[in-house]
Amino acid sequence: MLLLCCWLVAGGARAELFGNPFAADEPVELRVADPYIELHTGPGRGYPVFHVEERDATIEVLKRKTDWFKVRTRSGKEGWVARKQLVRTLTPAGERPEVRDASKKEFSFHRWEGGLLGGDFDSSDVLTIYGGFFPTANVSIELSASKIFASSSDADMANISLLMHPFPQWRVSPFVSLGTGVIRTNPKSTLVQESDRTDQIAHAGVGVRVYLARRFIFRAQYRNHVIFQSTNDNEEINEWKAGFAVFF
Amino acid sequence: MESRIRRFFLMALAPWLGAAGLYAPAPALCAEGEQVIKPEIERREVREVDIDTEDFEVGAFAGAMNVENFGTNFVYGARLAYHVTEYIFVEGAYGHTSTSKTSFEKLSGSAQLLEDKDRDLDYYNVSFGLNILPGESFIGEKWAFTTDFFLIGGAGSTSFAGEDEFTWNVGAGYKVLLNDWLAVRIDGRDHVFDVNVLGKSETQHNLEFTGGISIFF
Repeated sequence: MLLLCCWLVAGGARAELFGNPFAADEPVELRVADPYIELHTGPGRGYPVFHVEERDATIEVLKRKTDWFKVRTRSGKEGWVARKQLVRTLTPAGERPEVRDASKKEFSFHRWEGGLLGGDFDSSDVLTIYGGFFPTANVSIELSASKIFASSSDADMANISLLMHPFPQWRVSPFVSLGTGVIRTNPKSTLVQESDRTDQIAHAGVGVRVYLARRFIFRAQYRNHVIFQSTNDNEEINEWKAGFAVFF
Repeated sequence: MESRIRRFFLMALAPWLGAAGLYAPAPALCAEGEQVIKPEIERREVREVDIDTEDFEVGAFAGAMNVENFGTNFVYGARLAYHVTEYIFVEGAYGHTSTSKTSFEKLSGSAQLLEDKDRDLDYYNVSFGLNILPGESFIGEKWAFTTDFFLIGGAGSTSFAGEDEFTWNVGAGYKVLLNDWLAVRIDGRDHVFDVNVLGKSETQHNLEFTGGISIFF
């Protein structure tokens, strides 16, 4: 459930930043500058071309799905045009339209990022989802939720972290992180009748984010956690994780 | 008339002159009678922000899920996906089902392996999907719908029998887009996790078949 909430929050915020609910009121019109552009029946290369619009024809851009744009021709035909072809049209002012593309440049600075990591938490399997926000290219704030699967108990962990990215323009971009959170341990009911326990946890860590292609990032990290237990001795735990993320 | 003859003459000569480096097609010839800039058109920038993007998909599903030894039961849930490219999407899902009694419990009459509250199974996962067969389906002469056949797989957690288990999932599905923002889909998925009901851990394959609707926004 927590996972779904994170996704919804990320989605909502994104729609606010980049979506425009009133887009349909003010149509975006472009003029075909190449000899022709192809209209596909669906937003993908596999869908057949059903119409070709020639040079100097005016098309209206209705919406975008991944790298495909739905357009309407003057004669009322609606179809999907690839980004590659759309960027070669002209605006009424005679300029190339400004169309966002997922690229290494965007990797160096984007607002939102979300991903899934898996790995080892003190010899147990751990699975983490996270969402991050970048106020600047060098700093990000992350919320993460983890599930730890140990043989005698499960644990849920929630963390808030501050990440510093000293070299965001590098394809392999290192980072350091500091954060705090809570960990709730639930002993398995079939083995021991012990009650749940919630402790505070803090961590310091290092890692790398590697730009793969399009909107994809590979990420690997190490974290040293300290669990502040109610008994006097604090427990130190090493965590190694790797996984994939997307940015938008 | 004279200019037309000159033009014709030049065009015939152009390849020869071009090869000799003496002639490059003059812009003046192409631009004859054309007005490149139309000043009466209002200048307006086309920016990405003006175009509505629909890369997110939210949906609900319901169907049947088999939990090994615990029968096949009604399952329902919700999902949210982000379409990264035309081929790849990332999807988070949550599902819930209530399992029934095992054959052993039914036969023995009174024996109970699990308390009632532990019979509920909840799962959540994050999966990567791959649209491998995009296409169109036709109903009669007038209707054509875009479709996608996809493979999907990922990892997550399943709460069952008082425990949380690490769970892999793998499957495939078929999606029919009724229009740009509404789709119906059917999914088949195998949820693989280790369950520890009788004190011994064993790997279980739990098949799930669902139908659902989703909305793109």
